[in-house]
Amino acid sequence: MTDQAQDPGPAPGQQPRTRIEPRLQLLGISKTYPSVVANDGVDLTVMPGEIHAVLGENGAGKSTLMKIIYGVTRPDAGQVMWEGREVRIASPSGARRLGIGMVFQHFALFETLTVAENIALALDDKITPARLAPRIRAVSEQYGLPLDPERRVHSMSVGERQRVEIVRCLLQSPRLLIMDEPTSVLTPDAVQTLFVSLRQLAAEGVSILYISHKLDEIQALCDKATVLRAGRVSGTAVPREETAHSLAELMIGGDLPTCSLAPRAPGEVCLQLDQLDLASSDPFGTHLQGISLALRAGEITGLAGISGNGQQELLKALSGEQLAPRPDSIRILGRDAGRLDAAQRRRLGLGFVPEERLGRGAVPGLSLADNALLTGYLQPATGMLKGGLVRRGAVRAFADAVIERFKVKCGGAGAAATSLSGGNLQKFIVGREIRLAPKVMVLAQPTWGVDIGAAMLIRQAIIDLRDQGVAVLVLSEELDELFMTCDRIAVLAKGRLSRAVPVRETSINRIGVWMSGEFIETETIEGANHVPA
Amino acid sequence: MSRLEARPEPSRVMMLASPLIAAAAMLVTGSLLFLFLGQAPLHAFHVYFIAPFGSAYGIGELLLKATPLILCGVGLAIGFRANVHNIGADGQLTMGAVAAGCVALYFDGVDAPWVLPLMIAAGALGGLAWAAVPALLRVRFNTSEILVSLMLVYVAYQFLGYLVHGPLRDPAGFNFPQSKMFGESATLPLLVEGLRVNAAFPLSLLAVLGAWFFCRHTFAGYRMQVSGMAPAAALYAGFSEPKNVWLAFMVSGALAGVAGVGEVAGPLGQLQPSVSPGYGFAAIIVAYVGRLHPLGVLLASLLMSLLYIGGESAQIELQLPSAITGLFQGLLLFYLLAADLFIHYRFKPRTRPTPTTPPATGPSASFATETAPHES
Repeated sequence: MTDQAQDPGPAPGQQPRTRIEPRLQLLGISKTYPSVVANDGVDLTVMPGEIHAVLGENGAGKSTLMKIIYGVTRPDAGQVMWEGREVRIASPSGARRLGIGMVFQHFALFETLTVAENIALALDDKITPARLAPRIRAVSEQYGLPLDPERRVHSMSVGERQRVEIVRCLLQSPRLLIMDEPTSVLTPDAVQTLFVSLRQLAAEGVSILYISHKLDEIQALCDKATVLRAGRVSGTAVPREETAHSLAELMIGGDLPTCSLAPRAPGEVCLQLDQLDLASSDPFGTHLQGISLALRAGEITGLAGISGNGQQELLKALSGEQLAPRPDSIRILGRDAGRLDAAQRRRLGLGFVPEERLGRGAVPGLSLADNALLTGYLQPATGMLKGGLVRRGAVRAFADAVIERFKVKCGGAGAAATSLSGGNLQKFIVGREIRLAPKVMVLAQPTWGVDIGAAMLIRQAIIDLRDQGVAVLVLSEELDELFMTCDRIAVLAKGRLSRAVPVRETSINRIGVWMSGEFIETETIEGANHVPA
Repeated sequence: MSRLEARPEPSRVMMLASPLIAAAAMLVTGSLLFLFLGQAPLHAFHVYFIAPFGSAYGIGELLLKATPLILCGVGLAIGFRANVHNIGADGQLTMGAVAAGCVALYFDGVDAPWVLPLMIAAGALGGLAWAAVPALLRVRFNTSEILVSLMLVYVAYQFLGYLVHGPLRDPAGFNFPQSKMFGESATLPLLVEGLRVNAAFPLSLLAVLGAWFFCRHTFAGYRMQVSGMAPAAALYAGFSEPKNVWLAFMVSGALAGVAGVGEVAGPLGQLQPSVSPGYGFAAIIVAYVGRLHPLGVLLASLLMSLLYIGGESAQIELQLPSAITGLFQGLLLFYLLAADLFIHYRFKPRTRPTPTTPPATGPSASFATETAPHES
């Protein structure tokens, strides 16, 4: 086994040590996948102790670039220079030997094992969990990331799980730390704590590559930014000297589109949750407790919260994928719907866009036309079914109409769902559900992974629905989005739902505090005043 | 480390080609096997795979044996598409044969044109009733339909054994464990005089057509396909799982039952302690080799039938053991699964980390940078 970091012999052209070598330098990195050019001649320079942002929309090539640096993927062309020498990083373990650590957006932790056991499994040198525990404690205290090595992962919040991943990286004393969208799972408070730790690391000379599409965070944290657009570097900048507007321009190559929410008086209640209690079917899931919520016609209600606080359970309870214990705990347009399945609820007028596009909102291996049939069959007006037979013409016409209205980029209605990018598939699913003319619409993460242009199109379509008198519920982890598109916002934390407060009467900070579950005590006290009949 | 890496997109061509590749690999391995058994591979190959086509009788036998495979395979494929795994087609076939046999023996001596249709209906019902047991247990108690349907196969075998040893034994049959021969009106008409292939074969073609129409044009077929491909999407769309389970078992059970009728009212002409050499199990291979597509099942059945007949002639002419048939079936399934694996994954050989290359001064490095802008 040869070590990547092995000295190749006397370094040619010994440079005087006075000039600081970049920690990492990428020159002309290109990577082409069968259907898409992910990176096209990308240059990137990261200095020691620098917090360097890699900014770009989804699909701009950020992830591919990080995978190349971490040795998961190999570039088709270009050079990777590590501390002044060209290296070829063949695998993640090779990257770790060089001193590169990576914290992934989605954690790969075993829920039934303890923190120490998880970390011991992930380390390249085999150390017993017991011997590792003191080191975990030391590192976590040093960087303000409190962590109990004996705790089992399933009992930990997403933020704490992220700490496990960070500490795992830090134990290997990395000189470059890659963080992939680290704040997408954190409350605003936890984001600030993370930033303090990251700044401390940088001050000790660790370089940090920080991947994000959130402009405010990058301005608050990063020393430098490299902006990617469609696989190419569209510019580099010092974020503090830029405005959000100028960064966005680099990122999307034009002005930020906007959407507008005109005030509107809400109508009658279309969907009502009344003291819904529901045990999760997942052993590590969150049980819903006493959820009450009223969705009114012509109003958008936002549902904020960190995932893992009962979001999946609530969505399944709403859609009918999991039945409620009492029929009257969910009422749709005045009808008891708690014991109705998904199809029956759709017949009452419910539309639903789930968070997972492939495998739930759409069948990967089927064509878009066949995927239009998935929920389209329930709307008789589409004429998709006749006497138990599928009318292909009607199905295709429906799919074509969705593709045109929502500008879905695809190879036509016959294209398989898997052949579409995430954003385009999302446009198709949202479009399908909207075209079915629902009276109540539930959308989970409607713009997750969608580029800004398409996100605005989707948001405007949601607002149009509201203006047509549809009762809308939007669940999102992006508070900005909720504040942009909602009339009222409620927070789901620890399986409980807060009041839905008008957006004008609250602030991002207040909602952020609620997201950690702080509303529960005050609510319970308020609730205690109401004597049950 | 060597590993398997998921392909970005499985090739459609290879998906259709993989049964052919599997068949070819089976033939090559089979030839080697013949060699080790001391046979001249070419001669053995000829006896096994070519000779059956040499006569009208051979072709008739081919279609005769393909018939139960088609009937069972088509039914199973419909269920497998919906991830409902009926493994007990052989038991349903046996019960279909028993039901049809009871009708034939009850109306023994009645010379009426309705006896045969009644037998077919009884056979379908018998298979359906036997298939209803695992379906009910799965829907009501969430038992594994794989285990229940498989275990019921052996119950059906024992039941048939009891009947032919007891109540249905031919009183004039010298105590042989078999029923009376069925009458003329309870026997399927032959398609061509002199060949054994009978009216069950066109019936099986009808089943293929029906299944194709079901999969292609009905909403129920679509529902079952979605449930198989993406169970979460089926739940999201509100498709009922119990409905799929019932439909899959009803269809495959009834078709297997009809296959049983084809045996007892065809080449056997009576109830015997065993009415199937494992057609119901071979049909599982047939369904997968046929890519769970009705037309594919038709072709795969013919191939599997050839394996049965070739195996018989290999026993007779080359004195090879009867296990040779099972061996070839196993080889076919093995290679098919292997080929399928490589449709979805590619093999990445053990990678050695490349040592650090010296800084970019050599021509190789400049070559690498030159290729980069090529793209646009």
